[in-house]
Amino acid sequence: MEWETVIGLEVHVQLATKSKIFSGSSTAFGAEPNTQASAVDLALPGTLPVPNEQAFRYATMFGLAIDADICKRSVFERKNYFYPDLPKGYQTTQLDAPIVGAGVVEITLKDGSKKNIRIHHAHLEEDAGKSLHEDYHGMSGIDLNRAGTPLIEVVSEPDMRNAEEAVEFAKTLHSIVTSLGICDGEMSQGSMRFDVNISVRPKGQSEFGTRTETKNLNSFRFMEQAIALEVERQIDVLEEGGEIVQETRLYDGDKHVARSMRSKEEANDYRYFPCPDLLPVVLTDEYIEEVRAQMPELPAARKERFISEFSLSDYDAGILSADAGLASLFETSANISGDAKLSANWVMGEFSARLNADDVSAANAPISGEALGQLVLRVKDNTVSSSGAKKVFEKLWSQEGSDVDQIIDAEGLKQVSDTGALEAMVDEVLAGMADQIAQYKAADDKKRKKLMGSFMGPLMKASKGQGNPKLFNEILAKKLND
Amino acid sequence: MLELTIQELAKGLRDKEFTSVELTQAYLDRIDKLDSKINSYITVSKEQALANAAAADEKIAAGDTGLWTGIPFAHKDIFCTEGTLTTCGSKMLHNFEPPYNATVAQNFIDAGAVCLGKTNMDEFAMGSTNESSYYGKVINPWSGDKHLVPGGSSGGSAAAVAARLAPVATGTDTGGSIRQPAAFCGLTGLKPTYGRVSRYGMIAFASSLDQGGPMAKTAEDCAAMLQVMAGHDAKDSTSIDKEVPDYLAALSGDLSGLKIGLPKEYFNEHLNPEIAKVLDEAIEVLKGKGVEFKEVSLPNSQLGVPAYYVIAPAEASANLSRFDGVRYGYRCEEPNDLMDMYLRSRSEGFGDEVKRRIMVGTYALSAGYYDAYYNKAMQVRRLIKNDFENAFKDVDFILGPTTPSPAFGFGEKGDDPVQMYLEDVYTITANLAGIPAMSLPAGTVDGLPCGIQLLGNYFDEARMLNVGYAFQQETEWHKQRPENSLTELSA
Repeated sequence: MEWETVIGLEVHVQLATKSKIFSGSSTAFGAEPNTQASAVDLALPGTLPVPNEQAFRYATMFGLAIDADICKRSVFERKNYFYPDLPKGYQTTQLDAPIVGAGVVEITLKDGSKKNIRIHHAHLEEDAGKSLHEDYHGMSGIDLNRAGTPLIEVVSEPDMRNAEEAVEFAKTLHSIVTSLGICDGEMSQGSMRFDVNISVRPKGQSEFGTRTETKNLNSFRFMEQAIALEVERQIDVLEEGGEIVQETRLYDGDKHVARSMRSKEEANDYRYFPCPDLLPVVLTDEYIEEVRAQMPELPAARKERFISEFSLSDYDAGILSADAGLASLFETSANISGDAKLSANWVMGEFSARLNADDVSAANAPISGEALGQLVLRVKDNTVSSSGAKKVFEKLWSQEGSDVDQIIDAEGLKQVSDTGALEAMVDEVLAGMADQIAQYKAADDKKRKKLMGSFMGPLMKASKGQGNPKLFNEILAKKLND
Repeated sequence: MLELTIQELAKGLRDKEFTSVELTQAYLDRIDKLDSKINSYITVSKEQALANAAAADEKIAAGDTGLWTGIPFAHKDIFCTEGTLTTCGSKMLHNFEPPYNATVAQNFIDAGAVCLGKTNMDEFAMGSTNESSYYGKVINPWSGDKHLVPGGSSGGSAAAVAARLAPVATGTDTGGSIRQPAAFCGLTGLKPTYGRVSRYGMIAFASSLDQGGPMAKTAEDCAAMLQVMAGHDAKDSTSIDKEVPDYLAALSGDLSGLKIGLPKEYFNEHLNPEIAKVLDEAIEVLKGKGVEFKEVSLPNSQLGVPAYYVIAPAEASANLSRFDGVRYGYRCEEPNDLMDMYLRSRSEGFGDEVKRRIMVGTYALSAGYYDAYYNKAMQVRRLIKNDFENAFKDVDFILGPTTPSPAFGFGEKGDDPVQMYLEDVYTITANLAGIPAMSLPAGTVDGLPCGIQLLGNYFDEARMLNVGYAFQQETEWHKQRPENSLTELSA
């Protein structure tokens, strides 16, 4: 039988506010456990939540970015359950009146086709703390630094039909929230986490199959793998005549296995009710318009601009516009160097490779757009060769230097482009290579091309690597073919 | 000295008739001698109180003229006080010393007042008799041979002021917890408009109903207290940013032109005839001050108790989830695992009435019951609010009884919690509507104090206190004090 996969996503996006959603504690990542937990975060008796206006602004920005209705009177509710890293014994979240209503996100697939993924709603809520299970002599530790970090939970409709669409949707969301500057997008720090609802059904059937939810995926790659694994499992179960149990599953990316966490029968009754400590949040039309007027450029608009302003290809513009950090690097570099194509190649090539290898985001890269632009400029004006430029890039990346020209000088990477000097070197080298010259002259065109290489090696050596290879080639060709 | 008002005490301090240390010591001595019989305090902060009194004396000597500088008072043990044990009447918080002050507590510190200690209360403010305290029941100072309840949940505060173990005390009122014990102990007690007094640092029972307020001998002292307690607080999102009037300045005693409504739903065959008599006499007194009376209707008032006993437990069931043994407070011995720690810490740390309300609230919020209970109760709440809003179109205040009866003996209401909940029938609607309400001593029934209740419109505390003040100019009930073996120092 042919099966169709149906996927819906719930995405937790940590908002990049300086302080928590209901307390003044810092939200910075990586501090010593419980050093960013105030009396409110610890849920000491008598403490009360005070909402952070910035979280509402960020949520509103997201709503406007996905063309959603902004709820003018959103309500916080208490979601009740016991867990050691949930200090109040309830999570403050939104249910019936979420701040962001239905919207839509357009994704572009690899074949260039576009698809709309509908957003059911997005609501504001607080993150929980973390339970630490190592190094406590058989006991568990609780770190409440993360407790109270503002999140928006973006809930999609079940509009995706395969892993590619789901991953593309996730990447597009990542691109939107980082472009808006409302999330730092650091997946490895849990700034975006994905819960994937997956079901399968016989192709052509209109009803949905029973779904499972795979929780807390924090990379696009894990998401893709977890979907593939779960789809395969569900099809296997159904083809063997079994039934899918509605359950929550956990995926272990390192071992590439998933296991059931709890079934629907074990699911909590969260006993939601409006939080009496918080008044409904009223947003006026004026407020919403003020936020709209200050919206930064969104990836889709940026892509169009890159195509028209820098004459980039659709593909290059798509990649460069998706990540706000990458886009900014590219744009700065293109403006400084005056060479958009070369800047695009550097950003998408060397730069992106190093970002991936070191697992850092463009926004946190050790090389600024200005430095990159300077480097591209020196490639363009033949000051350095492309291999020399790579050496400069390494120095910049490892922060052994910050000024491109200084590095070029210090490392002796400056190309010799003085044709007179280069011609003299060619003459000197050729004088000692009579056999090779004879061989070359006897060869046909095809062989000649290959034989050119045997002259270049000694030439680069003679010039201590500083000869402009392009000019060497020209001079050499002229001399040999005379 | 024990009978002086706050303003008189302040004058005495400024005129060097006595020092704050002497005043504080006098109260500490009385507490020392008498409170073993009454049990109105959970914690007496002897050393800190004397140190603060000494500091106040220095300030007064240096010319400080603040009304509260050097004046002793007591806090209900529901207000968090930095570094001082704050139990909320529960074993759950038997070891809890908050690292911060409630806004109300901070306000009294800033005013220079001297906190004598923390008063006993029903556990987590759940009760009308003070029997549910983990720290033992409080004895009503008006008790004769038979021990009577002081009312609750602010029973410790009421008993302390009645026995002259503090000049005044703070209380909190979720369904009558200031007014009912005030009535039972012959005091004046005010529950302000919801949002008038910050709830920050006031341990929550039912967040949408809880409100801190003053308990004192007179309306004048209540005004002096409310002046310190009231005001907008950025730490409490439900606190209302509205100017605080000068409550003492509003005490003119002039009631001419005032209209007071008498709800026909209160003045019916169910009203205790003795209390009806007290009310009739009070009405005559007020008429003599130029007040006009007219009948009003609060048609949904009989729905108050059932609605309250859904909403309050529902909120409490979530508010009390934080007491889980993980971060502070009581934790069971040697838990086997997480579930065992939760179950035993909460089973052992909470008393029966608290458990009962957590269970009722949890049930009311459960899937399948939410609409029938919680939502229905919220609808009733809106109806009750509408009733008051309609009534206040015609009248300035509403007058009625505070309680169905005067103070009763321990265990007299039997084992049926519903009988106990009906104790709140007259007080509960003010919390549901969020309006201010005040109990005034207005007579005796069987030799015990009897309170009458004024209900007012939102933020009308200043005028309400003036009604109490005017009434107390004409009557002596607020000057009555229990004179018996419980309250007299032996020679």
